[in-house]
Amino acid sequence: MRKRFIFSLIFCFLLGCASDTPEPLVDESQRYPGGDTTNPILLGVNAFIQPVDNLKQEHEEAFYSGNSFFTQAWVMSPASTTDRDGLGPFFNARACSSCHPKDGRGAPPEDEDGDFVALLLRLSVPGEGPHGAPKPHPVYGDQFQPSAIVDLIGEGIPSVQYEEIAGEYDDGTPYSLLKPTYGFKELNYGPIGDDTMISPRIAPQVIGMGLLDAIPTERLQALEDPNDTDGDQISGRLNMVWDDTEQALAPGRFGWKGDASTVRQQVAGAFAGDIGITSPVIPTTHCGENQDECASIEDGGSPEISERFFDFVVVYTSLVAVPYRRNWGDADVESGQAVFHQLGCDGCHTPRHVTGDHALEELSNQVIWPYTDLLLHDMGEGLADGRPVFLANGREWKTPPLWSLGLIPKVNKHSRYLHDGRARNLAEAILWHGGEAEASQKAFKSLSAEKRQQLLRFLESI
Amino acid sequence: MKMNKFVVLSVVAAFSLALTACGDDSSDETNSGPSNSIEATLGQSVLNNYADIVYASYSDSLTAAEAMDVAIDALIADPTPDTMNAAREAWLASREPYLQTEVYRFYEGPIDMEPGGPEGLLNAWPMDEAWVDYVRGDGGESQGIINKPDLYPEITADLLESLNEAEKDDNIATGYHAIEFLLWGQDDEDPFVSGAGKRPFTDYIADGSGTASNQTRRAQYLKVVSTMLIGHLTGLKAAWAPNANNYRASFVAQTPTAGVAKIMTGMIVLAGFETGGERVQAALASGGQEDEHSCFSDNTHRDMIQDVQGIQNVFLGTYGAVSGPGIKDLVAANDPALAARIETAIADALSAANRLPIPFDQAIASSNAEGRAIVENLVTQLRVANDALRDAFVFYGFEIPEDTLAFDEGA
Repeated sequence: MRKRFIFSLIFCFLLGCASDTPEPLVDESQRYPGGDTTNPILLGVNAFIQPVDNLKQEHEEAFYSGNSFFTQAWVMSPASTTDRDGLGPFFNARACSSCHPKDGRGAPPEDEDGDFVALLLRLSVPGEGPHGAPKPHPVYGDQFQPSAIVDLIGEGIPSVQYEEIAGEYDDGTPYSLLKPTYGFKELNYGPIGDDTMISPRIAPQVIGMGLLDAIPTERLQALEDPNDTDGDQISGRLNMVWDDTEQALAPGRFGWKGDASTVRQQVAGAFAGDIGITSPVIPTTHCGENQDECASIEDGGSPEISERFFDFVVVYTSLVAVPYRRNWGDADVESGQAVFHQLGCDGCHTPRHVTGDHALEELSNQVIWPYTDLLLHDMGEGLADGRPVFLANGREWKTPPLWSLGLIPKVNKHSRYLHDGRARNLAEAILWHGGEAEASQKAFKSLSAEKRQQLLRFLESI
Repeated sequence: MKMNKFVVLSVVAAFSLALTACGDDSSDETNSGPSNSIEATLGQSVLNNYADIVYASYSDSLTAAEAMDVAIDALIADPTPDTMNAAREAWLASREPYLQTEVYRFYEGPIDMEPGGPEGLLNAWPMDEAWVDYVRGDGGESQGIINKPDLYPEITADLLESLNEAEKDDNIATGYHAIEFLLWGQDDEDPFVSGAGKRPFTDYIADGSGTASNQTRRAQYLKVVSTMLIGHLTGLKAAWAPNANNYRASFVAQTPTAGVAKIMTGMIVLAGFETGGERVQAALASGGQEDEHSCFSDNTHRDMIQDVQGIQNVFLGTYGAVSGPGIKDLVAANDPALAARIETAIADALSAANRLPIPFDQAIASSNAEGRAIVENLVTQLRVANDALRDAFVFYGFEIPEDTLAFDEGA
């Protein structure tokens, strides 16, 4: 460790002499993107399932028990497995791991006939819901749920149509982007209506969430620049969303549009919306108008996941480790890192943060490299969903973390990126960038093939 | 000026490449650079011996499964307390070699490669009993594939395979635990009062004097899943057989580094995550019977023991008649103290597993402080073993290589 550090110092010093870069880009702490929590041994397809490396003994029970509630299916009531019953009545999947396999990222339907499992559709109608939330559709609620427990029919079958859009890099190399359009093949509880807003969401990887939770709010606020006062064309702002535990608005750090404030809120929302499980945070599941049988279904107790086990799942979700860097020291990776900064990607994908004190001490005071500012940014027309969520308008998305994206192909056997998995690789993801990122996207297109490859090697390594 | 910088930079770049080529180890405190490499001849012997161990243990599993199938035939032909008991004993015996093979999981070898690995069809857990057969509780009598002749008129292997894990995890329709459930029935009563499941042998009597319903279908189901089990184990044995164009051939042909990384991945994930974490910790946390690995038969203590035994087999390089270099020899060649530490840790974990009170569901019950303390001790020992194994893994700077081995089952 020490040898390599000194070596890097020398290398960086030389690099510094050779270019105008003010400070060394390469920093030894980048090898461990999660600081002391980093998974230092990877383990291939199991790279995302490891607990934080500094897991305290007193949290082991919560981690492993929480994991069992994450991976095991929920069943309908009544059942002898009383800890795990209460599925539905409507749901998208039976288990968290159905959409987040091995704590990784889900894949969108392979083609227009494929099933929507890890991809779900959020719904809303014009107007504001409680506390400024999206206003739910009166029948179908705020999320379409194709599955239902026995004795009930699911809400229907969502559909997608794909269109290839051709383009060209400045050097003439062609590329193609996959543009999806979402709708419904079947609707079982009446028409959805013309003014309903639909927005797709793929299940993201669940690593490093506790660390993101632990970034001090002041730090995120300092990164905001909603009026672009510094004139760099980037105008990030925090989404402020309703937190059911605090009963107040709080910064939205999780979710593709930053709709969840804390890990706790996100887990409660996912239990209720995706599996139909009530929790201490969200004690009711939605039955719409026109869904009479739904309201009379037996539930699995109140709440369906007990406070103790819910807390375990929150601890578990907070303590899933980020794996260490791959291909550290590789020349192309380091060149790619320089390209990343030259293109201005770091304007939103802020590389480094330092976490503050957190109730889970493993997460406290760590230097981390998530490559996100957790702020909302206008991403342009191509990615717009037209569906506001609290402060986020129909063109804004929250910067997702880039750490470990390069491992998705290994863990989940696919490489589908962006909020609905439309990008089939990292290059396509970059090409979809617009709005505040338009200048960076154009600069990417103007790069030589060699420099584009270097950037991709870097992104695959972080 | 430019020329000089170029020269210096390229020297520096060459140095960087040289360092990375030596192995990306992060334990500079103990050793560094080339001394952490795996000696080629020894490494090859370890791979060969490991393949022999895997083959022998899958062979034994198959033999035991075939014996169980014979006992199941006898039960179906003539359901009596004796034939029911014999079938149960055969199930228990079949678990002993199989659990020792769990250490071969987690690196996408034949058992769990995606797609196609049969692990989920063999041993997935826990189980949603109501998917297979009747359960207690309101409306429970008509639950399960067995009791839905209208929905599932024919019980075949294809049907069960398509239903198994149809909705991911839990909906287990095949494998060891489905057979276990069909032989013992639910174990959902007070563990201190009732012991293992108490399915009556009369659940298989179809002449009108039996218990429950659909006895013929139940027997059919049992026979189908037993046959499927044998099929999967036959495939696994073939995949690891010597002198064939199969997975084993590609396994022993890979570099020792790649092979040993896989072997150790299985050991580490089983010791830490799977057995220590998922099976023991989670069961302790809930104190609930559904978290008990082999809940119907109350055989969970044997699961734990043989899981750790499997880890020891691979570490020492021994299983039954097979004996040769193991991971221990590799580690000892570079760091005898680390090797000794791992050996002791595994042995301690095995002792802890052997001290588990029987049955496991009583041991983990919230009211049983003494039992829980012993289970906690197993957790502790597994953690020590896991830490020691991880130190060895880091020592070699391992990563699983990019591609899992190509294996064409049709070849």
